[in-house]
Amino acid sequence: MDKTVNQKAWFLVLPVLILVAFSAVIPLMTVVNYSVQDTFGNNQFFWAGLEWFEEMLNDDRMWGALGRQLMFSGIILLIQIPLGVFVALNMPKKGFWASFCLVVMSLPLLIPWNVVGTIWQIFGRVDIGLLGHTLAALGIDYNYTNDPFAAWVTIIVMDVWHWTSLVALLAYAGLQSIPDAYYQAAKIDQASRWKVFRFIELPKMMGVLMIAILLRFMDSFMIYTEPFVVTGGGPGSTTTLLSIDLVKMALGQFDLGPAAAFSIMYFLVILLISWVFYTVMTNLDKREG
Amino acid sequence: MAKITLDNLAHSYLPSPTTEDDFALKELNHDWVDGAAYALLGASGCGKSTLLNIISGLLHPSQGRILFDGQDVTHAPTAERNIAQVFQFPVVYDTMTVQDNLAFPLRNRGHDEAYVAARVQEIGRMIGMEEMLKKKARGLTADAKQKISLGRGMVRKDVNALLFDEPLTVIDPHMKWELRTQLKKLHHDFGHTMIYVTHDQTEALTFADKVVVMYDGRVVQIGTPEELFEQPEHTFVGYFIGSPGMNVLPAQVEGTTAQVGSQAIQLAGGYKAASGKVEIGVRPEFAKLSQTEGLPVTVRRIEDVGRHKIIRANFEGHDINIIAGEDDHVSADMNRVSFDPARVNVYVNDWRVAPEGAQSVGEAA
Repeated sequence: MDKTVNQKAWFLVLPVLILVAFSAVIPLMTVVNYSVQDTFGNNQFFWAGLEWFEEMLNDDRMWGALGRQLMFSGIILLIQIPLGVFVALNMPKKGFWASFCLVVMSLPLLIPWNVVGTIWQIFGRVDIGLLGHTLAALGIDYNYTNDPFAAWVTIIVMDVWHWTSLVALLAYAGLQSIPDAYYQAAKIDQASRWKVFRFIELPKMMGVLMIAILLRFMDSFMIYTEPFVVTGGGPGSTTTLLSIDLVKMALGQFDLGPAAAFSIMYFLVILLISWVFYTVMTNLDKREG
Repeated sequence: MAKITLDNLAHSYLPSPTTEDDFALKELNHDWVDGAAYALLGASGCGKSTLLNIISGLLHPSQGRILFDGQDVTHAPTAERNIAQVFQFPVVYDTMTVQDNLAFPLRNRGHDEAYVAARVQEIGRMIGMEEMLKKKARGLTADAKQKISLGRGMVRKDVNALLFDEPLTVIDPHMKWELRTQLKKLHHDFGHTMIYVTHDQTEALTFADKVVVMYDGRVVQIGTPEELFEQPEHTFVGYFIGSPGMNVLPAQVEGTTAQVGSQAIQLAGGYKAASGKVEIGVRPEFAKLSQTEGLPVTVRRIEDVGRHKIIRANFEGHDINIIAGEDDHVSADMNRVSFDPARVNVYVNDWRVAPEGAQSVGEAA
């Protein structure tokens, strides 16, 4: 069969290319541009090559932020994924209470990020916050402004509160798609509750859980607003995550070159880890097949 | 294996059923003989899956008892009943291998590995999947998965009955025959009590020793395929079994004649005049089209379906079907129909009535 060749069809993708260029490619290229140049003001730029990248790679500050960031993402994944699955398993399957749960669970997802930060900032304050004051009254030494451990606990609990619902909702959707016959067969086979989870529910949820892990990893790795509002990266730099550090560097100190180099490496790290995640999980999926 | 007794069994999905219409499964007494193969046949929504789920214990009946070998198991959980069930859609544990799937029910019951391994080999051979035992269950074809579900049921030696809930729905037509044949062979070789739910009459008639026909939550007839064909106890059975189904014509019956419109049809026996909805039923196979013999009829259409011809006709304002053999000559001047009197059944309010003097239902057949 002859295919019609019409090179003019390329014009049809032009609008998309222009849009993407302006929304992503050109801004990214300006960052690349900054990352390889130096300036002493006056809008004069000098070629700096990979100098900034070398500087950033030897900078303990960036490695510290990266370490904290990995720890943060790791901890919230370890809590949110099992917790989300647990919540989904215990939600009502249908009826009024199922809808009720879904609505209530969606609420935290709808709150703007800086509002979430503000809520927890006030909630945790020892003088007027419900949580902080209660803990203090119980004799627990809790103060997120000067105790790094308390600060960490606060931002992690906040993130868990904010995002576990997302995991739960995704897992719930996965569970709902399992036909009743599977549970009936399991009953006939005398499978224990754990085996039902291990051999029916978990395999059927794997697809959505993979998406949940990927989404939660990327989002948590890029987190800025909430911890910034609550702790501002403190005490000291103990809760300074990558993006907080980046903003400090780029806008606080106006070190455009290093900040640009930092941004590009940050972007590459996210890309790399997401790619590894994705590849590993799709391969797992295939091997099981 | 066991004899399964249903004693005054009925079920309603409503919390407090009042009228008979509230019941999805109307009161029922029946013994499922040990080692027999039954088919539960009926249209969708007639209560056959409800009945199956009650037997397997996935559903608890709102009234009556169910006994296995005389022992009341009405409220016993599924796991204690030692029932195996094959569902409409293949249920396999995707992440396990075929052999782990087969071993699953045994391991859950705490059998030792040596026994499990031997049993899995045996079942693997029975269902013809010896070569695939090490394969993951995911990615197998639907018919292979259904065989695994069947094998998972048979792997337990103490299984009381094998239940099938329309197991061939998702199977390709050419595999249906093979699976059904294999199932029959397994039944023949091992003698499990089997109950097979289906809405496909071919499946039911070829699989079962006895077919249980259900209609609107009620068992309307239990019989061998021949009985269902020759003497349907209910107009639904006549209509549902057979292709095309039985001709049912409103009539006035008195003595040995049935008056349909202006025509009188001869009956084999004498009947008392009955009140209510009186109909006669005669299968298309027992009607004959000819030039000279019988009552006037208007032929509308002739369909040649290969093995025979189906003649669609109009008799006294009612549509009827007549079956003529493939070699029988059908011509335009054939406008008379005759019915074999011995094959004309009389129905009052949808249920068959026997002619006066007849001993029992089964005798004529």
